[in-house]
Amino acid sequence: MAARAIWKGNLKLNSTKVPVKLYSAVKDQTVRFHILDVKSKTRVKQHMVNPETDEEVPNEEIQKGFEVEPGTFVILHEQELESLEPEASREIEVEQFVPPKEIPPEYYDRPYYLGPDGDSAAYFALAEALGNQKKEAVVRWVMRKQPYVGAIRAEDDHLVLFTLRNAEEVLSAKDLPRPAGRAPEKKELSMAKQLVELLKGEFDPKDYKDEYRVRVMEFVEKKAQGHKPKLHLVKTKRKAASLDKVLSKSIEALKKHKKAA
Amino acid sequence: MATRKSSKRSASNKGNGNARGARPFWSGTITFGLVSVPVDLYPGTRTNRAPLRMLGPKGEPLSRRYFSQKTGKDLEDDEMIRGYEIDKDKYVMVTDEELERLAPESSRDIDLRRFVDLQSIPPLYFERSYFLAPSEGSEKAYKLLAGTMEKEGLAGVATFVMRGKEYLVAIFPENGILRAETMRFPDEIRSPREIDIPEKKKVPAATVKKFEKLISKHSDKHLSLKELKDEKTEQLLKLVEKKRKQHKDIVEVEEPEGDEGKVVDLMEVLKKSLAGKRKAA
Repeated sequence: MAARAIWKGNLKLNSTKVPVKLYSAVKDQTVRFHILDVKSKTRVKQHMVNPETDEEVPNEEIQKGFEVEPGTFVILHEQELESLEPEASREIEVEQFVPPKEIPPEYYDRPYYLGPDGDSAAYFALAEALGNQKKEAVVRWVMRKQPYVGAIRAEDDHLVLFTLRNAEEVLSAKDLPRPAGRAPEKKELSMAKQLVELLKGEFDPKDYKDEYRVRVMEFVEKKAQGHKPKLHLVKTKRKAASLDKVLSKSIEALKKHKKAA
Repeated sequence: MATRKSSKRSASNKGNGNARGARPFWSGTITFGLVSVPVDLYPGTRTNRAPLRMLGPKGEPLSRRYFSQKTGKDLEDDEMIRGYEIDKDKYVMVTDEELERLAPESSRDIDLRRFVDLQSIPPLYFERSYFLAPSEGSEKAYKLLAGTMEKEGLAGVATFVMRGKEYLVAIFPENGILRAETMRFPDEIRSPREIDIPEKKKVPAATVKKFEKLISKHSDKHLSLKELKDEKTEQLLKLVEKKRKQHKDIVEVEEPEGDEGKVVDLMEVLKKSLAGKRKAA
């Protein structure tokens, strides 16, 4: 099924413009539940109340405030918030090109496919050039009144645009202390290395399936037919053994497994 | 994530990842081989640095609550249940306990059965970032795993069930700490063909060369963090400061009692947790 573009714009690189269309690259498959009122089995709604009086406050009376210190708010009016909105624009401005490893995984937010809008020659040429040079473009644009920072990279023949999180939104491991505790011993280190080497492989997405989602749907379907599927009780156990014993046992088991395969 | 019922407390409108409290988001176990490493999971991102509160006409902070459409009354946690809509207005009820029991025990551990090169996972998969901290007693095995992965330049990949949803996850080592990136499953990513984006046409080599030249010219070795600045929030904070100095539109309300509404600094929680002091916090 052809999908509709959610936005159109121009990718701008100096004086060169590449007209593009934006499409969502994801389709959420999460099993969606509604929240119901247990008594009437009808859907619940949300509203804003004053927690002191439990009274509902209608939308038109709600104000927005920024808490400057506990209990003190500066009210921000709709007009003031609107004045902070960026100017509307159809341009995706390229700021710089960097090697992909410069952008850590935690910065990537939502992916979108870019497709050519009209003439596709420039689009495919840019995708090819980005792929050849192994670079990602860092870009800025405004979409639906929101300013975005993003990254564009080539995936096969096409361009993918990611929204990136702001630096302030990401907690950095570099600002955290290394975990406390005794350092592992040499023997343990060499066994751990052996162990991960035995488990080393390629990342192949086809190897992974959401099996739990399937279980939940099967369960829901059975219940819908009036059955009451039995479920097992969950118990949690934890075994303790010395680290090097467990490591050598793991290596043995994996080696055996590899031989058998 | 599956819809969670939130209590009146947690459903208040702070919208800030920081406000969730000092407790871990989830506690579980990483396994590699037969080694198990109990860990606590904390959010690795904050959604909003400058969240706005919803206030009433007199400036009183408001709470978001669920209410019944039938009776109009506010509902407590135990007065609500999840329902899957099988027909219009017809639902199959599913309890928390049933969802919990649907996950086999083996699926609850982050079982690292594959290690891959750090750079080999396409970012299309990355969804959300968490920190894994050693939980009591697991420091040594944790350090061993993190240290080995860092030295070998490897990320671990696994699936596991957490709070009513299965996650595909990649574990990255950094600075002796393990970071978990939850990922999309392959069937959650569309292909260009599915969207009907045209297939590649042959393009003149000269046009490709022209773009390559432009790319080289504007390339930098490093990502400029300046690019990742949140300018909109910066402007909002400036406006707030200006109004504050002018004593304009300021309301003071009595501080709520207890911990409710207290904003917790996630970074501090993490630091304590990594130093093995979570219990004392």
